[in-house]
Amino acid sequence: MSGTLRLRGSAQTLVFHVVVGLAGIAMVYPLLWLAGSSFKPADEVWANLSALWPNKPTLENYINGWRGFGGISFSVFYKNSIIFSGLGTLFAVVSSSLIAFGFARIKFPGRNLWFTCMLLTLMLPAQVQVIPEYLLFSKLKLLNTFVPLLLPRLCGQSFFIFMIMQFIRSVPIELDEAAAIDGYDRFGVFIRIMVPLIAPAMITAAIFSFYWTWGDFLHPLLYLNNPKLYVISVALRTFADPSASSDWGAIYAMSFLSLIPMLLVFVAFQRYIVEGIATSGLKG
Amino acid sequence: MIEKAAGRAHVRGRHWKRDAIDGYLFIGPWLVGFLGITLLPMAATFFLSFTRYDLLSPPKWIGLDNFRVMFFDDSRYWASVRATFYFAFTSVPLRLAFALAVAMVLRSSRRFIEFYRAVYYAPSIVGGSVAVAVMWREIFGGRGLVNSLLNMVGIRTSLEWLGDPRTAIWTLILLAVWQFGSPMLIFLAGLKQIPPELYESASIDGAKKVRQFFAITLPMLSPIIFFNLILQIIAGFTSFTQAFILTNGTGAPLDTTNLYALYLYLRAFRSLEMGYGSGMAWVLLVFIALATALVFKSSPYWVHYESKEGR
Repeated sequence: MSGTLRLRGSAQTLVFHVVVGLAGIAMVYPLLWLAGSSFKPADEVWANLSALWPNKPTLENYINGWRGFGGISFSVFYKNSIIFSGLGTLFAVVSSSLIAFGFARIKFPGRNLWFTCMLLTLMLPAQVQVIPEYLLFSKLKLLNTFVPLLLPRLCGQSFFIFMIMQFIRSVPIELDEAAAIDGYDRFGVFIRIMVPLIAPAMITAAIFSFYWTWGDFLHPLLYLNNPKLYVISVALRTFADPSASSDWGAIYAMSFLSLIPMLLVFVAFQRYIVEGIATSGLKG
Repeated sequence: MIEKAAGRAHVRGRHWKRDAIDGYLFIGPWLVGFLGITLLPMAATFFLSFTRYDLLSPPKWIGLDNFRVMFFDDSRYWASVRATFYFAFTSVPLRLAFALAVAMVLRSSRRFIEFYRAVYYAPSIVGGSVAVAVMWREIFGGRGLVNSLLNMVGIRTSLEWLGDPRTAIWTLILLAVWQFGSPMLIFLAGLKQIPPELYESASIDGAKKVRQFFAITLPMLSPIIFFNLILQIIAGFTSFTQAFILTNGTGAPLDTTNLYALYLYLRAFRSLEMGYGSGMAWVLLVFIALATALVFKSSPYWVHYESKEGR
C-alpha cells in the first residue's frame, strides 16, 4: 500500500511541476519574446518574428535605440526618470512616515475626522483633481517643470500613510513613553525610536513609490512638454510611435531596457514586496 | 476633561494642548495636501463642470449644458461608458478568479514554489508600464506575434486584433487579466491565515475538497475578496495608460477601447474643453460611488467576518 502511495506522490509532483512550469512559461512568454527580439538584427525582426532567440544576436538595437529621438538620447530620459523617481520617493516616504506617526501616536482634536478623510481619498479617482491641478500649475507658470510632479508627494500618499500606520501600531507604546520620560519631544521619539523600528515599512513604501513613479504616465504626459524633460514613460511612447519610427529592434530594445530596473528591484527586494502586498490586501 | 479611558489616556488628557499642536504639526503636510490638492480641486472641478473653459478666455457659465450634451448628444460618451463598464466588469472578476485559482494551486510549500510565485507575479510588476503596453500593441498587430503563433498551429489569420471593433477591447482585458499576480499574492497571504484545523475537522466530518472550498476557503477569504473587489473596480474605471498606448491615444476602433479616463483626457486636454472634462470627472465620481455602494450593500450576503467569540 505504501509503495503505491509513494509512486502516486512523485507522479503527482511531476505533473504539478510540468503543468505549473509550462503555464508559467506561457505567462512570461511575451516578456521573453520582447527580450529576445531586442537582440535581433533588423532583417530578423520581421522575418524571424516568432523565434524567441535570434539567429544572429546583436547589440546594435541597443546602441541605435539609445540615441533616442530629436537628438536627445536616452541618457537624458533615464536621468530625468531617476531624478523624478528618486526625489518623488524620498518626499513620499518621509512625509508619509511623519503623517502616519501623527495619526497613529498622537490623540489630537479632529483626528478621527481627518483619518476618515484620508481613507476616503484612497478611493478617489485622480480625474476630479487633475484638471484644476493643471490649471493651478499653469497659472503659477510651473508647467513644463518637475514641480507639479514632485510637490504633491510632499503631502504624503494615503496608501503609504495607512501601511506605515499599521506598522507603527505594532510598536509598543511603552517605548514612546520611556523616551518621553527621558526628555525627548515627539519629534525626538519619532526619529530615535520609531524610525529604526518601522524601517521595513518605509523600505516597502519606497519600493512601491519607485514603481509608481517609474511607471507614471499621465502626469508626465500632462506636465512635461519639452522632450529634454521627458521621463522614460513618455519618451518611450514618442519613441515607439508607429508614425514616427519604424526601427522595431530599437523600440523593443529600449522597451525591455526600461523594464530592467523594475525587475531588478523586484529580485532584490522580493521579501519586502510580497509582505507589503500581503499586508495591504489584508487590510491590516 | 472627562476621560472615559483609564490610565494612559488620563495622562494624555493633561497634555491635550501639546498633543493638538504636535498632532497638527505631524499631519500638517497631509492636511495642506488634502485641502489644497484634493478638496479645493474637487470643488473647482465641480464649479468648472457648469462652464465652458478653453484656457484662453475665462470660464463661461453655461449651466447644465455640459451634462445635457454628455447624456443626450454625445454618442462617443456612451460608447466610452459602455467600453469602460465592459472592461471593468469583465477584467476584474476574471482577474480575481485566476488569482484565486492559481493561489490555491501555489499555496503548497514545495520545491521551487517561491520561484513559481515570482514567475506568475512578474507580469504584474511590469504590466502597467508603457513598455509592456507598446509590446502588447505590436504583439496583437496584424503581422504580430499572436497571429504568427496561431499560424504555426494551423489557424490561418492576419486579424488586426486592435483594429477590429469586436476584439480590440479583449486585448485590453487580456492585458489586465494577465496581471493577476498581484491579487494572487494577496490571496496567498489570506490563505495562509486560514487555520488548518478547519480543514482537518471538515475532512473528518467527511467533506470533500470541493465542499471544503465553498464552505471554508471562500467564506474565510471573503473580506479580502470584498476589499480587493472595490479597489480593483475603481482602478478599472480609471484605467488610462494601457488604453492610451494601445490605441495611440485615440480610443479606436469605433471607440470600443475609448475608456472613460482616456476620453476625459482627450476632451479636457486635447480639445481643451475643461468644463466638459470636469463634468465627466464628477459623473465618474458618481459612478464609482454607486458601484462601491452596491458592493457594500451586497456584502452582508456573502462577506463573512470571523466573530471574536470562540468557534
